[in-house]
Amino acid sequence: MAKDILEKPKGFHDVYFYKPGDDKENTHYCPGCGHGTAHKLIAEALEDFGVADRTIMISPVGCSVFVYYYFATGNIQAAHGRAPAVGTGLKRANPDSIVISYQGDGDLGAIGGNNILQAANRGENITVFFINNAIYGMTGGQMAPTTLLGQKTMTTPYGRSIQNEGYPIKICELLASLESPTYLERVAITDTKHIMKARLAIRKAIKTQIDNKGFSLVEILSPCPTGWRMTPVDAKKWITEKMMDYFKLGVFKDLTKERKPYSPPKMNLNLDEVEEKLGLKEKPPTFPSTMSDIKEQYRNPRIKVAGFGGQGVLMLGNLLAETGMLHDYNVSWLPSYGPEMRGGTANCQVHIDEGQIGSPVVTDSTVLVAMNKPSLDKFEPDVVPGGLILYNTSMIDRKPERTDVEAIPVPATEMADEIGSLRVANMIMIGAYLQKTGILTKDSIFAALDIAIKHKQFIPMNRQAIEAGIEHVKNMD
Amino acid sequence: MPRMEVFIDHCKGCELCVDVCPAGVIEMVEEINKLGYHPAKYKGEGCTGCGFCFYACPEPDAITVYKKED
Amino acid sequence: MTKELIKGNEAVVKGALLAGCKTFFGYPITPASEIAHAAAKFFPILGRTFLQGESEVASINMCYGAASTGVRAMTASSGPGISLKQEGISYAAGSELPIVIIYIMRGGPGLGNIAPEQGDYNQVVKGGGHGNYKTMVLAPNCAQEMCDLTIHAFDVADKYRNPVYVFTDGFIGQMMEPVEFPKARELNIKKDWALLGNRETRDNLVNSIYLDPHELEDHEIHLQEKYREMEENEVMFEEYKLDDAELVTMGFGIVSRILKTTVDKARKKGMKVGLLRPITLFPFPKKQIKDVAEKAKSFLVVELNNGQMVEDVKASIFYSKPVHFYGRMGGVVPSVNELLDKLEEIY
Repeated sequence: MAKDILEKPKGFHDVYFYKPGDDKENTHYCPGCGHGTAHKLIAEALEDFGVADRTIMISPVGCSVFVYYYFATGNIQAAHGRAPAVGTGLKRANPDSIVISYQGDGDLGAIGGNNILQAANRGENITVFFINNAIYGMTGGQMAPTTLLGQKTMTTPYGRSIQNEGYPIKICELLASLESPTYLERVAITDTKHIMKARLAIRKAIKTQIDNKGFSLVEILSPCPTGWRMTPVDAKKWITEKMMDYFKLGVFKDLTKERKPYSPPKMNLNLDEVEEKLGLKEKPPTFPSTMSDIKEQYRNPRIKVAGFGGQGVLMLGNLLAETGMLHDYNVSWLPSYGPEMRGGTANCQVHIDEGQIGSPVVTDSTVLVAMNKPSLDKFEPDVVPGGLILYNTSMIDRKPERTDVEAIPVPATEMADEIGSLRVANMIMIGAYLQKTGILTKDSIFAALDIAIKHKQFIPMNRQAIEAGIEHVKNMD
Repeated sequence: MPRMEVFIDHCKGCELCVDVCPAGVIEMVEEINKLGYHPAKYKGEGCTGCGFCFYACPEPDAITVYKKED
Repeated sequence: MTKELIKGNEAVVKGALLAGCKTFFGYPITPASEIAHAAAKFFPILGRTFLQGESEVASINMCYGAASTGVRAMTASSGPGISLKQEGISYAAGSELPIVIIYIMRGGPGLGNIAPEQGDYNQVVKGGGHGNYKTMVLAPNCAQEMCDLTIHAFDVADKYRNPVYVFTDGFIGQMMEPVEFPKARELNIKKDWALLGNRETRDNLVNSIYLDPHELEDHEIHLQEKYREMEENEVMFEEYKLDDAELVTMGFGIVSRILKTTVDKARKKGMKVGLLRPITLFPFPKKQIKDVAEKAKSFLVVELNNGQMVEDVKASIFYSKPVHFYGRMGGVVPSVNELLDKLEEIY
């Protein structure tokens, strides 16, 4: 406070050019309103820290919706209660900015309750000024989450009751139970002593953000003489006598000394590096077309793969499509998705086609890979005459009933078990399918395996299973 | 001498400055300003430059306090 | 360019990153979750922001904040989540913020199911939230378009300063197909209106509040002019075998794929059938439909809903020709033969 002249801080616009009407020099606030005082303390701090240019103020919904009239900062207006989420977006997108969320009690404590809680819990490096005046001012004096017990408002005409509305919510205490916030204090705009404490708290909160030390919030008990139907001087007394009795002033959390500054690392990748990290620089091997070399009925297959979740049904189809793509065919893979994947039955539908693929849905399949009995029961009728059914005899105790299709029995689960993992039964089936049809080759399948399998240590066992499937069909001939 | 100054047409007559002034050197006046309020006014002497009124005043541009002689 | 076999939902994310998207804020929901998964994987390793918001409401508002700083921002969800996002989308439209929203439909109303329905057409095409606004709606029908239209979505979002949806059903999101990714692009878009946290942009304001009725009306007239410009400049559609078509089929998303095969089969049976697929649902290809109606005798609109787009088709041709509708709901997807039967019935 080494200033010789105390005057309108530079954190305010000289002229409030965003304010409509003729009066662009006075605020829209009522006489004695605490918002004006809080604004003044914030504007002064922004000037003193020299950060007004960097600052983006978020206007809430409520009387302070017009915060943007006044502050000589970047300004954004947010939906009711959403300021902490908007602030999160602002700060994450531009960590060099100073983001200040200015919110009232309805905005922060009621409709935006979860937004403030979660932003605080993420330790967002933003600063929140929470104006608690125990009432909804702008909408005409309704109950706020911080309205005191017994307090009469437009929506508690007989006084707030514990039974109907519960106790007033104590935001600072609530947030102090979280690990993440750095600085939480409750202050009051009443007499000079308390105003000067509020002034220090506001400065400290902004400084916390400037120092990249994380989430700070100052709850400001603030007079609303109009909403309370009191004179400004009486309103001040009411805070002292009533509000401060329930909302205790003080520091609820202060880790400003302990917290290490953190700002997210900056990474400037060139376009090549972007493509590389997206895996777009990889050049998978290509394989020639096989279609003309294989039997008519095996060309351009419409494949349905079905079984229990966990039998690798989706992977099987994925690998077929992947391999088809390496042969430069058009392919599509359509899974059953969602909870079905977790434990129930799973199926997927694969097209491998020289021409364009219209519908990716497979209804009349040319190939059915049935890993369990329900799958054979369900999908056998849909196979076209002359189609191919590969069925897992380890899990299916009957032959296909259809006599107009080719049926290849494969004890896939048992064979997989012999190799050492039940999970490679799907690969046995792939080996059987490629050996039977010739549409894909061992080399192309192996190449696709390298692309599709994330855990490389499993590749040898998968290859072994594919080879076993191939051998199985060879031995049948 | 230190002094405070009220910009009459920015004052909303809330009397908070009068309430906090330790020296009792601010008063409300009879005249009505542009905003339709009885504004506050420095009595003309006795200001200690403490700044209490400045921080109590909710209106950004209604009060200026000159702490030192000018 | 090499091809990658990839899910539509993942192609969206790579497309977005190639388009220079800097921030992703989302909340998990089937069948859109792979978008969040892929974003969580790729955004951080490119030095960009992925954050799982506490809700859909929060996520769209995080996008609102991020977009206001001039960076490209996106989110993704499905019906129940998009309903929650409507508040933020209305604000973004009102404040003229470019945000890309990926919408992978599921079955509904309520919790419904996760199967591929298209019951949310009216929600996104007619607005969705409160107020006189429109969002552009792009409807991909394959994994390649999931990538390409996502990139396009960012471009048109910036061009018009407006939220843009990439809007499709669960099948298109979940399906894997080969995708050829375009080159990454350098972005040189000047956004004078953005909040950059510096002196030059200090007087900027991102805002949708206009207290004075005349001012708000002026603002809304300005918005309507943008929507009119979109209708003039941004319509996209695909024509298939329409030259001599007497019966024109229409559908978007997965339906358009099934219709294409159906058209081929119908042609083999000697029926003069074609397909007109709207790629932009707003702006809707009204003029193109009207042109096609000059020659065609009738239309068949197929949707996975209770008949939503069909009303726009009827209005586009001023109810001058018969417009038949075939719809399935609940996530039931009609087969080619089912549609063929319908074609034969009305041909």
